[in-house]
Amino acid sequence: MNVIYLDNNATTKVAPEVVDAMLPYLSEHYGNPSSMHSFGGNVAENIKEARENVANLIGATADEIVFTSCGTESDSTAIRAAVESNPDRKHIITSRVEHPAVKNLYETLSKKGYRVTFVPVDGQGILDLDYLYSNLSNDTAVVSLMWANNETGVIFPIEEISQKIKERGIVFHTDAVQAVGKIPIDINKTGVDLLSLSGHKLHAPKGIGVLYIRRGTKFSPFMIGGHQERGRRGGTENVASIVALGKAAELAQKHLDEDGYEHIGRLRDKLETSLLTRISHSMVNGDREHRLLNTTSIAFEYVEGEAILLMMNEHGICASSGSACTSGSLEPSHVLRAMGVPFTAAHGSIRYSLSRYTTAEEIDTVIEKTPPIIERLRSMSPFWKEAVELAAV
Amino acid sequence: MWEYTDKVKDHFLNPRNVGVIEDADGVGEVGSLSCGDALTFYFKLDENGKIKDAKFQTFGCASAIASSSALTEMVKGLTLEEAKKITNENIAEYLGGLPKEKMHCSVMGRDALEKAITCHLGEPEKEIEGEIVCECFGVTDLEIKRVVNENHLSTIEEVTDYVKAGGGCGNCHDRIQEIIDTILGTERPVMKKVPSLTNLQKIKLIEESIEREINPNLKKDAGRLELVDVDGNRVMVRFGGSCASCVKSPVTLKHYVESRLRELVTPELEVEEVQ
Repeated sequence: MNVIYLDNNATTKVAPEVVDAMLPYLSEHYGNPSSMHSFGGNVAENIKEARENVANLIGATADEIVFTSCGTESDSTAIRAAVESNPDRKHIITSRVEHPAVKNLYETLSKKGYRVTFVPVDGQGILDLDYLYSNLSNDTAVVSLMWANNETGVIFPIEEISQKIKERGIVFHTDAVQAVGKIPIDINKTGVDLLSLSGHKLHAPKGIGVLYIRRGTKFSPFMIGGHQERGRRGGTENVASIVALGKAAELAQKHLDEDGYEHIGRLRDKLETSLLTRISHSMVNGDREHRLLNTTSIAFEYVEGEAILLMMNEHGICASSGSACTSGSLEPSHVLRAMGVPFTAAHGSIRYSLSRYTTAEEIDTVIEKTPPIIERLRSMSPFWKEAVELAAV
Repeated sequence: MWEYTDKVKDHFLNPRNVGVIEDADGVGEVGSLSCGDALTFYFKLDENGKIKDAKFQTFGCASAIASSSALTEMVKGLTLEEAKKITNENIAEYLGGLPKEKMHCSVMGRDALEKAITCHLGEPEKEIEGEIVCECFGVTDLEIKRVVNENHLSTIEEVTDYVKAGGGCGNCHDRIQEIIDTILGTERPVMKKVPSLTNLQKIKLIEESIEREINPNLKKDAGRLELVDVDGNRVMVRFGGSCASCVKSPVTLKHYVESRLRELVTPELEVEEVQ
């Protein structure tokens, strides 16, 4: 059975060009870039090139790029560094819809005595900017906000927000893991001090991330060790993965320049419109305008997400759900709850996330296979008949 | 991804007895949309008082649907007396087991069956008995006591897996722990809980034990204990207050402080007094 992979916000296929680029560093080019001999030293050249490619993708300069092991490490490093660099400030701000990498770190800091403001979002997942600005104070050490939401794809206006925060002299970090490579980013048009990105969300392998540190930003390392990454992150470089990420960044840039995401957007819109038309009592979670072109979160009322996913799995279709049963907890995702999505809908929410490898045929298959699944589960549901009767009144 | 048995997958993908019995002899409804799963269970009796047909409607995940389907198969041919004896454990066994986080699905099946039998016997629908412990999922102390007893549960996580209590905001965790403690008896095997401690955890636990238990007790005699250092399993302490001058302090040290810390932290500890 062919796999139809619409779970690209979870992870992506490693691009074949990326695999080709990294393989030699797992075999013949095994030198240590810190070595004095040219066998190792040549590898440092390749890392330099990769660093430039990643910098180009976000409009940064190469010396502002620090390679890490993943997005979570980048987030943790950034936020802890910001807090440590401002020891007199005991207030930190984030949103209610962050990825656990940020959310759980803030909750940990809260237990350590930091005052935390969680900025709310509205029913469309749009950030309450007035609430954010009115909570900034001279005691605020750091503001961390995601660039794009992993569940709904909703994009926060990071350019505008970061400029305002910068005016107040507060450190601004953004978790841009879902945004980098999907939307054009020019970091110098923003007031962002620290930015996290992750390789495996843009067709590089798992196990490689980046922390962008704007020149002049106060910083203290999380991993203390050798002089690697100019002392900002100790540890021998993950050479093959760094080279891979460099290649992936180059490909992402090319794809963005060629307007490749417009194509993905058209497929996403077709999927979304067709499912909404064919399946009653369904709706999109999140603002449809300010959104990543590859993502849609659709709520199918009166059915449960895990059951939908497992039936889709029978057809080789891969997606995600914000339902309780899939999250390993008993409550639906904190993102959908923060948006006030009713329980009838939150439990039956499915996230489809596309990539440049998604084909029109695949989307057609999903459009064909999904309605019978929802219909079947609804016919089993004790609430369905009642809901239809209610709607008819 | 959950590890479901083939039988769970089969009952999910090919559920038996989905539907409604219009002239049912008993109907039991449990769960709600907000909780994420709900089940309506119907049965019809034959002239001998045996269940001749059973049907269900379920809103929920794969294991909720599979548990409901299993239940309808299990009760067919049984008298109500026999059906009453079905436990949630039986439903899980029928399916070849359920992931522990999904045991609440089997409990939901058992609850629906009980409700349907109560309904048939014309007994009034039971009011909520006991006091609500978990506000998020509306679970009472009686329900928690029952699953703890029937399934030999010993941790809050297990209670959450079985009846969802404690799976929301977490405010009721202390209360759930109290219920578990009461059932297991106050002498909890604390040592079992901490098989391998990191140094940091060990020091923290020693500190907490001194602060929470040992010092409040010594204080009754105007004494106190101070933690000086921990080196491996050597715990160095200093007595203060009236203990500092008390001739019995070496006895207190060995027979109370050391033995209590061994119980609360780890049995290898050696406690010694330093100046």
